[in-house]
Order: sequence, then C-alpha cells, then structure tokens
Amino acid sequence: MTQSAPMTQSAAAPQSIAMTLSGRIEALLALILAVVWTSPLLFAIWAAFHASTDAVNFNLTSPWILTNFATAWAGAPWLLYFFNSFLLVTSVLIGQFILTTLAGFAFAQIEFRGKDIVFLLVLMQLFILPEVLIVENYAVAARLGLLDSILGIGAPYMASAFGIFLMRQAFKSVPKELDEAARIEGCSLLGVLWRVYVPAARPTYLAYALVSVATHWNNFLWPLIVTNSDETRPLTVGLSIFGAPENGVDISIISAATLMVIAPLLIMFVLFQRQFVQAFLRAGIK
Amino acid sequence: MIDPYQSHKRRQTIYGWLLLSPALIMLTAFAFYPTIATVWTSLFSRGTRKRPSEFVGLENYRSLFEDPTFWLVVENNLWYAGVTIPASIIIALVMALWANGKIPARSFVRSAYFTPTVLPMIAAGNLWLFFYTPGFGVLDQIGGLFGLPSVNWLGQPDTALWAVCAVTVWKEAGFFMIFYLAALQTIPPDLKEAADIEGASRWTYTWRVVLPLLMPTTLFVLVNAMINSVKLIDHLFILTKGGPSDASMLLLYYIWENAFAFFDAPIAAATTILVLIVLSLVAAVQFRFIDRRTHYR
Amino acid sequence: MLRNITAGLMLGASALLVNPAQAETELTMYYPIAVGGPLTQVVDGIVADFMAENPDVKVNAIYAGNYDDTRIKALAALNSGEPAQLSVMFSIDAYDLIEQDLIMPFDDVVKTDEDRAWLDSFYPALMANGKIEGKTWGVPFQRSTIVAYYNKDMFRDAGLDPEKAPTNWEELVAMGQKLTRDDTYGLMIPSTGYPYWMFQALAIQNGKELMANDGLTTYFNDPAVVDTLAFWKSLSSEHGIMPEGTVEWGTLRQAFLEGKTAMMWHSTGNLTAVKDNAAFDFGVAMLPGNVRLGSPTGGGNFYLFKDSTPEEQEAALKLIKFMTSPEQAAKWSIRTGYMGVTPAAYETDDLQAYTAEFPPALVARDQLQHAVAEFSTFETARVREGLNNAIQAALTGTKSPAEALDEAQASAERLLKAYQ
Repeated sequence: MTQSAPMTQSAAAPQSIAMTLSGRIEALLALILAVVWTSPLLFAIWAAFHASTDAVNFNLTSPWILTNFATAWAGAPWLLYFFNSFLLVTSVLIGQFILTTLAGFAFAQIEFRGKDIVFLLVLMQLFILPEVLIVENYAVAARLGLLDSILGIGAPYMASAFGIFLMRQAFKSVPKELDEAARIEGCSLLGVLWRVYVPAARPTYLAYALVSVATHWNNFLWPLIVTNSDETRPLTVGLSIFGAPENGVDISIISAATLMVIAPLLIMFVLFQRQFVQAFLRAGIK
Repeated sequence: MIDPYQSHKRRQTIYGWLLLSPALIMLTAFAFYPTIATVWTSLFSRGTRKRPSEFVGLENYRSLFEDPTFWLVVENNLWYAGVTIPASIIIALVMALWANGKIPARSFVRSAYFTPTVLPMIAAGNLWLFFYTPGFGVLDQIGGLFGLPSVNWLGQPDTALWAVCAVTVWKEAGFFMIFYLAALQTIPPDLKEAADIEGASRWTYTWRVVLPLLMPTTLFVLVNAMINSVKLIDHLFILTKGGPSDASMLLLYYIWENAFAFFDAPIAAATTILVLIVLSLVAAVQFRFIDRRTHYR
Repeated sequence: MLRNITAGLMLGASALLVNPAQAETELTMYYPIAVGGPLTQVVDGIVADFMAENPDVKVNAIYAGNYDDTRIKALAALNSGEPAQLSVMFSIDAYDLIEQDLIMPFDDVVKTDEDRAWLDSFYPALMANGKIEGKTWGVPFQRSTIVAYYNKDMFRDAGLDPEKAPTNWEELVAMGQKLTRDDTYGLMIPSTGYPYWMFQALAIQNGKELMANDGLTTYFNDPAVVDTLAFWKSLSSEHGIMPEGTVEWGTLRQAFLEGKTAMMWHSTGNLTAVKDNAAFDFGVAMLPGNVRLGSPTGGGNFYLFKDSTPEEQEAALKLIKFMTSPEQAAKWSIRTGYMGVTPAAYETDDLQAYTAEFPPALVARDQLQHAVAEFSTFETARVREGLNNAIQAALTGTKSPAEALDEAQASAERLLKAYQ
C-alpha cells in the first residue's frame, strides 16, 4: 500500500515514523483525522441511498435504494446545469490561458518602459477580489450586456493576476539558450512563445488548469448574481436553489442531488489523484 | 540613421504593451474601473420614489460607522479570520507531516484530507447542514451516544459562527496541505540524516529544521487564508444566512445582502471600499515580504 | 481537439437557446417555491396546459428559488433590461415594488365586466396584502396560512385525545408538557427563514397587530407585542416544551416526520408533503388563540410589471386568470396544500372529492375568517430583517424581549422616516 503511494519515489525519503510507539499513535491519529475529514461525504452517500427516515436513524439493515436520485434528477434540469458548468469552466480556462500566457510572457521576457508599475497594478488585483467588487461588476456586466450569460460569469476571472504571476514565474525559469536557439532559427516573438515557452511551462499549465477548473466549477456567489435563468445557471447555483432550506429539506434527496453535483470532479479526482497532486507539486506553486 | 539599440528598445516596448493589452483591458473592465466606480457610488445617497439620489459625501460611511450591525459584522469577520487562518494552517501542516511520513494507507489518508478541496462550498454547506441539525443531525446523534444533550449548533449565537468556521477549516486545510507537501519534498534527505547522526529527536528535527524551511510556504498559505477569510462565504447561504440575529454575518455576505436583497448599492459600495482598504494594507505588507524573499534568492 | 469539442458544444448551446416555434406573444414569468415537494413540475404543468389552450402565447416560467431569490432575480432581470411581464412574488413585496415603480395595478388592465367579476372572486383576506392606495396590485396564487400539524400517535401515547388539538395558549402549554419526552419536544415553532411570520401569528392571537395598514407604522414595542415574544421564549426557557435557540424552518418538517416533535406550526403549503411522507397518523388544526384566534396569510401573489406592451399585458392577464381559475386552483391546492384562492375552487368536483376524503385540506380555508394581512411595510425586507433579528436575539437569550423589540422598533422608524 505504502509502496504504491504516489510520492514515495521522490527525492526526499519519507521520515520513518512507523517504528516507534509514538509513531504508531501518530499513524492512528492520522487515520482518525482522515475518517473525520471524509465523514460528511460518507454520510451523504449513506443518506442518498436510503429513505430519509432510515438515513437519519441509521437503520443499518434498511435497504439501499436509488429513488432519491430519481427524485432529485427529476426535480431540476441538471443536464442543462452540467452543460452550463462545463461551458463555463472551458471558456474561463481558454480565456485565462490566452490572457495570462501573453501577459506572463511580456512580464517575464520583454523589457519595456512602465513594466514595473503595470506589474504592481496587476499584483494589486490579487487582493481586489472579483468577489468583493460584486456591486460594480454587476453594473459593468449589465452595461456590456453580459448579464445572464455564461461569458458574463467567466469574464471577471479571465485576466487572473494569479495566473499572470504563475506564468511569469514559469517563463522566467525557461533556459535562455532555448530561446536564443529558436530565434536564430528565425522564429518570431510569438513563434518563440508558442514553440519554446508554452511547451516548457506545460506542468504549470496543467496545475493552473486544475486549480482553475476546480475553482470555477465550484464558484457560487458571482454566478448566483449574474444568472437569471436555467439556460445559464451553473450547477452550484442550481443546487442551491434546489436545496434552499425553505424547501423543507429532505435530507436524502438533497444528499443525492449534492452527490450528483460533486460526482464529476470527485471521480476525476479519484482517477487522476496522482496527477492532480503531482501537478501541484511540479508546478512549484509554493 | 536610427540607433539600432533604440529601435530594438522601442520595438520591445510596443511588443510588451501589445501582449499585455488583452489582460489589461479585462483587468480595467472588471477590477480597476469597478473599484473607482465603487468609490463613486459610495458617495451618493440611495434614491427613493420621493427623494432622488444625491451626492452626500461621506454620509454613507458615517451611517455605517454608527450602525452597530456593521461593527458586529466586522467583529464576526475578525473572529472568522482569527479562527480559520491559524486553525487551517496548523491542521494543514500536521496533515502534510503525516501524509509525508511512512504511515499505513497513506494514499487514502492523503486523498481523504484533500477531498473537501474539490467540493463546492454550497455542497459542503448541504453536507454539514445535516451534521448540525438538532435532534436528528449526525453530531447530535454522536453526542447522544455519550449522553450529551442536543445542541442547536446553527441556531445559537454562541455556536453559529464556530459551526461556520469549522466548515471553512474543513474545506481549506487539505488545499493548504498540498503546498506543505510540495515544500516537504524539496527538503534534502541528508538534512534528516545529519540530524539523526547528531542524535536529534524527530520533534527537534521538525521544530528546528523543517518548520523554518517551510516558512516561505507558510507565508504563501497565510496570504491565501487571509483572502479566503473574506471570500469564503458561500456556505452561509445554506447554513445560517448570517443568523441567528446576525451572529454569523460576514462582510461579503453583508455586502451581497445590502446590494442585492435590500437594493441599497451605496451602503454596499461603502462597505466594499472599507474591505478593499483592509485588503490593500494586507497586500502592502505581503509585497514587502515577497520583495525580501526574491531578494534572498 | 478540445477546441473542436467546445465549438461543437457552443453550437449546440445556441441551438438550444433558439426558440423553435415563433409564438405571437412571449411572456417571461419568475416564480418561487417555498415549501417542500417537486412543485416546479406542477407549475410547469399548469403553464403547459395554458400554452396548449393558447398557442399564440409562449410562456417562459422560471423557477428562481425562495421568495427573496425570486424578487432579487426578477428585479435584477428588469434592471438589466431583460423582459419579464409578470411574476409570482411575495404578497408582502407590494409596497417595495410600488416604491420602485416596477408594477402596475390590475385595475389598469382589467377591461370587461367579466374581468372585474374575476377580480372580485377571491377571498377578501387574500386580497388584503395586494390592495394599496385603493388599487389592486397583487392577485393571490400560492397562498397559505399557518396551521398546526400534530402527531396523533404521540397524543395517544401521552394520554391525550388525538382529535383535540390545543385551542388556546394554556392548553398549548399544558398539552405540550405532557407531550414532551427526554428526546422529543411537545412543540416546535420555526424561528429561522420567516420568524416574523410566526411571530405575527402569536401577536394577533395576543390581540395586537404588528403594523398599521399604511406601510409606515409598526408596533414592535407595544406591551402586548413584547408580552408575545416573552411567551414564545417561555415555551423553551420556562415550560421546556420547545428546544432552546432557534428552530430551523427548512428541517422542521423532517423533524416532525421523524417524530422529534409532537406539534409543529408551519405553512399549509407543506400539507401534501406531510401527507405523503408521514408514517404516523397526523392531524391539522387551526392555531390556538389567546385573546383571539388568528394567523397571518402568507405566500405569493401575481404581479404585473409595468414595462410591457398592451398585448403582453393582455396575454399576462389571460395567463393569470387561467392559473387562478377554479379548476387550476383546485388542482394546485390538491398537489401542494396551498389554499384554493376563490370560494369557487372549493366548489369544484376535484376539491370536493379531495376534501371529503382528506378534511385537513380545509383547515387553512376555515382559518381565513380569523386571518389578517401578512406583515408588510415600505422597505419591507430591511424592516422585517430587524424584526427577525429581534425575535432570534430574544429566543436565543442574547437580549430581553423588550430590549430587542425596542431596537427593532427604533430601526424600523429610522428606515420608514424616508417614506413619511
């Protein structure tokens, strides 16, 4: 089990703590914490597959059923919500890749007047969160005709300062020789960017993509404000109005709906957890 | 003749700005301009049918400062930050140390810690709502096994904010753990060997060698946790809606409520500006640190 | 590759968005659901029936969450220039909607005698919230009163007559005490979500209304009102028949169905969901009285938005008339538990048969004779929020009832000054 764990083969030898008594206690605590950490999810799984009365009373012998999923599925246009979420994360990701690549490259490899000041401005956006600016961002989106559109949900996040910063770091670490070799072969500036820098920064792109997809798949407040209709609502907003506490929550049906919503990311995570974690580590976000 | 160096420089400047322009346009539209517009909005009164909107200067700020609810919300948010930031960082660190050690079922442990990170806060709110529900909630049932009385976690001012904090820590810790794990991987193994030869205990090694080496990561995580203490409020929509009696009301929810439930944009704008001022102070401090760090490298 | 897929999907999306059959008049209607059950399908079904009968009108019915969400979404849509000709919104939003100059009175649209007869056909108590400054701004749709649900099995176990729910406050406390056990409570009155609504019921029973009918005056710190809050608080702190702290609106029905409480006060809109899910024998009764019997009405009214063409207004009126017609109102009432909004609805065969077989469906209607308009003022969301906070502060023991209500009254007066 331990041998197959993703990071055993890395440079740092894991500190061996399994031998001593205190080590064993620690291992036990680590396991307990792991169980505690997954318990809300485990309970949701339990509840989703049982009638709500059986679920809350922990009738261990009660039958496992699927009707909660059927009821939840029939209760809202989930397929449309899924599709909206998918469209949202895809468009945000494409926008972010283009904008942050160009800007990151400019900051990393081009010397020009005003660069430092602009960079500082961009860094400021790390703290001027789109979330906090909801009042006026809403006005801007309204003026641009972006309300109740997928683009409207994504637009404020496309020029991500975090992404620009990340790309700048990645491009800075590309060896100068590669750059020069490409230029000697007659590549244009964009050609160099495309042929040398982008491939070299692949791990950063992957990690950034994962962070971005997870963030926007899960984003709620801004989509709640901008969307008005089923045609644009992403999953999180759909889930929140489906399960609004006013509805007289049925624990099992809400659990089923919640599981349906988190399933895609969760399955992706379980399948690719190695790559997931590795991507974070390799990107050197630290 | 044009000086070739000058022309190269000019070309670079043009390229630089061209490459930056798409990002700058978007940043202007959705960060810089809205910031200025927020300041502007915050200086006007809210119009009613009988009294149209007019310039009132700092009046909105004054009424905020005189409003005990605002101060309660500020206090709540300080508690929220004061609890979730250290708690999630410390738990993340412990998780990373464990998940990096040789323990049984390590990949399960690691995934377990990380899983909450991939869940939407809204879903997390749903999952936790049934933990907290008095009577038949999971926490009450567990408490019941030990003969503890039923606790109305979300329905009492003393516990509601804590219950909200717990969900945030649960959600954040695994995410921060990843950064610590990454940093732990970069610690050369010979340091551990050297410590072993010196006869240093694991505790001493962790305390004296590992933690100082993790300082840059801690800084990064700290900034993220601070930002999250403003930003992570989605679960309030499910769990408490800021109640009972504003006991778990946080700033961003307060802004949202004023702007979109009460349609009082000026007050929401004034609150936004105050939050932005605090955030920029944090930013200023952080940039000094970043400067120093890059200097060292 | 990825891009191709995306492009394909985007094409697909735009195809979905394009409206296939071009109808003559297109209406957009937002509506809320605030009680349990898959009610969106019921509304969608009624709307589909309407469109089948009126092929020249196309209706986009958009479910937008609870009452607050719906108001926020509908107004946001209007502000951003998206069309919406009518909506179901909180009956108590009327003042604010008038204030923001968004809605038009039905009197301006109603032309024929038949239309006027229709406007007069509703229960007067349900029209109270919609009648302001001599005009009718809201027409009842999903309307409720608060009723008492009780678990007859638990009544039997406690040695009480399962056919006799408490009719006054003394009986409520006395029976509640008999019904309270170690792990179950005698009574739960929800105090999140819509605490002011429950409080209004108690205050009416105690002989005092919370507001005057001008949208400008509140009586939060009237001695009878303070006394009411003290009574609510005493149910847990003194008599121990209700849990300490607040009782969650959303999970209360589940708690009742789990037998965690012998009685609950809740919207009649929950009736069908309780009926479908209760594993025990349950009863429904009018709320008990003290000085008098009483409950506020609640729920959603139809509103017409101003910014629409005469054709759209006509079509909207047609839709509203269809949805409030006796047959549809009866169907809606059976599927939800909400009231049939006109006496004629209760004369339909459907509802006659249903109430004969299930008499609790009549309780809400019978209670109407004791009902008063739901709490509503200008700036209603904020005034209400202040009252909600006061109620919760008192129930959770952070403030005394008098102190909390004084504050709420002061803040209401401050907020309403701008409208005097």
